[in-house]
Amino acid sequence: MLKGIDLAVAQGELVFIIGPSGSGKSTLLRCCNRLEEPTRGSVVIDGTDITAPQVDINRVRQKIGMVFQSFNLYPHMNALGNVTLALRKVQRLARAEAEEKGMAALTRVGLAEKARAYPNELSGGQQQRVAIARALALEPRILLFDEPTSALDPELVGSVLKVMRELRESGMTMVVVSHEMQFARAAADRVVFMDGGVILEQGRPEKIFSRPDHARVGEFVARIASHH
Amino acid sequence: MELQRLAFSFFNGEVASRYWLDIVHGMWVTTYLAAAVIATGLGLGLALAMVRSFQFRPVNVLIVIFADAFRALPALVVIIVLFFAFPYVDLAMSAFTATWLALSLVLAAFAEEIFWAGILSVPKGQTEAARSTGMSRLQTLTYVILPQAVRLTIPPLTNRMIAITKGTALGSVVAVHEIIYYASSGASEAGNPTPLTLGALAYLVLFLPVVMASRWIETRFAWKR
Repeated sequence: MLKGIDLAVAQGELVFIIGPSGSGKSTLLRCCNRLEEPTRGSVVIDGTDITAPQVDINRVRQKIGMVFQSFNLYPHMNALGNVTLALRKVQRLARAEAEEKGMAALTRVGLAEKARAYPNELSGGQQQRVAIARALALEPRILLFDEPTSALDPELVGSVLKVMRELRESGMTMVVVSHEMQFARAAADRVVFMDGGVILEQGRPEKIFSRPDHARVGEFVARIASHH
Repeated sequence: MELQRLAFSFFNGEVASRYWLDIVHGMWVTTYLAAAVIATGLGLGLALAMVRSFQFRPVNVLIVIFADAFRALPALVVIIVLFFAFPYVDLAMSAFTATWLALSLVLAAFAEEIFWAGILSVPKGQTEAARSTGMSRLQTLTYVILPQAVRLTIPPLTNRMIAITKGTALGSVVAVHEIIYYASSGASEAGNPTPLTLGALAYLVLFLPVVMASRWIETRFAWKR
């Protein structure tokens, strides 16, 4: 899938990864918390080589939040339950303390009043924001977004992007696989274009979207733009 | 029509009055045999399905062989082997134990397959989400996967539980003092099948509430997403 990726993300940086399907964007993202095991190379996050054999993966994953295209909320728990599960079971916080942190996370995504709602009672946008709160509650050092708005109705995309923009302003380090070009233009520090398992080109969004070095990138950007 | 002879044979008050206490005793034995079978069968089945989800290949092969063998074997054969053959390898057990163990193993085999199907039916994204928050495999299984899987397994599981707990009647073959044992020995002793009628009534009294409860549970836990 991936054929040698060398990518460094600075603290507080928002990096966008774009590219055609099958280019390895999601695989790259999923290697960053070892949902996908890289066969070679290493992934270093906050000074820890998470691919080292002796590393406690469950420990480092708490510092690496992930948001999925299909939200993946637990349908048998309400929003607060979703957000507090890992706080209680992994970090072993008492219920009251976990719920306090959980409510703080839900407040950050603007859904404090939906704490008792079950996923099937929430819109897609609300579900995705709960999923972001679930990742945030663990106070991660970095957030990984895997096509966070692709499964949303167009009118619900804005609420999720708004939360992501606020996270960026608060200094959160983020790696985002997405084709939300307007958002990338406005908020990304860097856009990485992947194709065939390698990084073909990367740079400031205005450069990648307006004057890319590779014709392949230009074609792709034009195709995506025409769809939006 | 010979209604009078029918009544004499199957609804004979005099015979019933002599044997109903035996049948009540048999109901008690049937009840706790069934309860023991459900507890161990479901417990073992769930444990096996959980172990299977950890994907250790050699262990999984053994689980599949166990599940297939005990789903294929008639429970009666298992009871007879345990009761009559195991004493030769110095593993003698009482008729009650043999019946309990045999039915538990058969229920465990079916339950394992049902729980396993339930676990497989939970979308992979649920596991990924849980693991991405630092939950271990076991925590993920316990708090995220099983609560969802178990809901889906309730209808097939209750059906199977009822079918196998009715199999406690097979214990009569090795003289477990359950309902059928008293009903058939009573019938031959009295030369009149009325005790069998009492036995049938006893099964209705025991199992109708269970069947009705399972219907209620199935609607209660019907899946909504």
